[in-house]
Amino acid sequence: MSENLIEFNNISKFFGKVIALKDVTMKLKKGEIMCLLGDNGAGKSTLIKTLAGVHKPDEGEIVIDGKKTIFDSPKDALDMGIGTVYQDLALVPLMSVTRNFFMGREPLKGLPFLKTFDIEKANQIAAERMGQIGIDVRDPSQAVGTMSGGERQCLAISRAIYFGAKVLVLDEPTSALGVHQASMVLKYVVKAASQGLAVILITHNVHHAYPVGNSFTVLNRGKSLGTFNKKDISREELLGMMAGGEELDKLEVELEEMNRINN
Amino acid sequence: MSEKAKSISSKKTSGQDERLKEVSKLRLLLNRPELGAVGGAILVFIFFGIVAGDTGMFSAYGTLNFLDVSANLGIIAIAAAMLMIGGEFDLSIGSMIGFAGICIAIPAIYWGWPLWISIIFAFAMAVLVGYFNGILVVKTGLPSFIVTLAMLFILRGATLAITRLITGRTQVPGLRVLIENDPIAWMFATDTFKWLFTWLGSMNLVALRTDGTPLATGIPPSVIWFIAATLFATWILMKTRYGNWIFASGGDKNGATNVGVPVGRVKISLFIGTAVAATIFATIQVLDAGSADTMRGNLKELEAIAAAVVGGCLLTGGYGSAIGAAFGALIFGTVSMGIFYTDVDTDWFKVFLGAMMLIAVVFNNYIRKRVTESK
Repeated sequence: MSENLIEFNNISKFFGKVIALKDVTMKLKKGEIMCLLGDNGAGKSTLIKTLAGVHKPDEGEIVIDGKKTIFDSPKDALDMGIGTVYQDLALVPLMSVTRNFFMGREPLKGLPFLKTFDIEKANQIAAERMGQIGIDVRDPSQAVGTMSGGERQCLAISRAIYFGAKVLVLDEPTSALGVHQASMVLKYVVKAASQGLAVILITHNVHHAYPVGNSFTVLNRGKSLGTFNKKDISREELLGMMAGGEELDKLEVELEEMNRINN
Repeated sequence: MSEKAKSISSKKTSGQDERLKEVSKLRLLLNRPELGAVGGAILVFIFFGIVAGDTGMFSAYGTLNFLDVSANLGIIAIAAAMLMIGGEFDLSIGSMIGFAGICIAIPAIYWGWPLWISIIFAFAMAVLVGYFNGILVVKTGLPSFIVTLAMLFILRGATLAITRLITGRTQVPGLRVLIENDPIAWMFATDTFKWLFTWLGSMNLVALRTDGTPLATGIPPSVIWFIAATLFATWILMKTRYGNWIFASGGDKNGATNVGVPVGRVKISLFIGTAVAATIFATIQVLDAGSADTMRGNLKELEAIAAAVVGGCLLTGGYGSAIGAAFGALIFGTVSMGIFYTDVDTDWFKVFLGAMMLIAVVFNNYIRKRVTESK
């Protein structure tokens, strides 16, 4: 039982009369990548915010390392090792790589009442960490704005890991990226998992999720349609399960119809 | 690659990286926000050196004159720049100057408070006004432009109304006699390095009055405050955690909040900073003139913002420097005084001010694109 690093048991969340989440259950082991799939409005955002400690679940329990836990604030979740990387990445383009990397958690040095930002140490750590991912930061004082979308995503993930994330929650990390950039991010995610992190990858792109995921949870209208291991399910079945699947089938039929009429 | 990065960041000569380092240094320099203001200041000095070099503008007396004007503007421009980097504006700086002056003068003259208590009272009021501005902006989420515009009118109106109510006039004179032996006032009213000027005078290196004392008696207090403020603000921005929070709060409020930066507290403290800077400005002026005037500081907020913009601050926040704002203030101070030494009608000063600002904004926009898009 306690081999699961994190468990979400029967989580429900209501906003007034709206049922945003109902009885969602997820379990993750170390080194596992679980992809959370769902169309817009499926409850992905609510679930992420519940994971990150922004929302408190109305029903159900969160279990970390076998211990029941309640997050009172995002900081609580962070302290328990849940590192959430939001879609906007929380990076400031005009600030340097180093200043972004340590934003809000700057290393200090100096006298007890006159502590200063240890920028040399910060530069060194940032360059080292980015080097490990294989991102060439020519100069850690260069602005993040000069980096590509994939590099920024990797920087945000790397930052979450550096600050002690055991469970990485990634919100649509590939949605705004091209094929090359997306594969760079996904490669890094797999690498992070192989080093013992549990990863929850939220996406609506089955093609990005399927190659890297070990298991897949599909959300539809606030409810989980279940968690499936990779060997038990195909890419097409997954796609079909998401609300978009039916729609696409319908669209195909309609297009055929139109073609027939036109011809 | 991280090796290379390290060698750049630690600025050590490593031999094989020489060429790269030179290029990087040039690039780093080009990407500094204060570049435009420093370049502009150099151009301004060259211009006046040619046009007014032999008119006494650059004599000891003339130099201290334009430095004094620059320094006064600089004190508020630096605070305005810090606030702009933090992503907000303060349009109530000018009104705060008038209000602070009255907060010193009325208690000291009409209520019989010792001058130093009146000065402390003015600073306490500044902290209150700044806190109020800040908390309003942070809690309501309204643009600071609107909130502080309201405060501009409220403070100016209150200054005028209260002063007339208590004194029946709009000016409060008679402060000069109180300065002597005051434990605090000297900080805002003493010329320093007098011995230097006396010595220079005795060597006949600076102009003398008929009684043999030098025309320029010492470095005015505004210049000392200005230099201290520039150093302090630069240290905060570049070397402290709080400085990083200022950049982060202005650069991306939500992002900064998500990684644990106390954005609200940072912004409130910056609003307190502008109000306190306005009070330093007011104290120096009130003690220098020996009187407080309800209209003092009128439009100063716009000059401060203009100097900050010329100094490289982006209007959208998250970028800029205190040194840049200091040079922006130096440009304005030098031109506003220097124009008297030329044949140009002083009416043209505002035209220059506006043109400078336009050029600066266009230039800054280009720099921002360089910083965020160059690869």
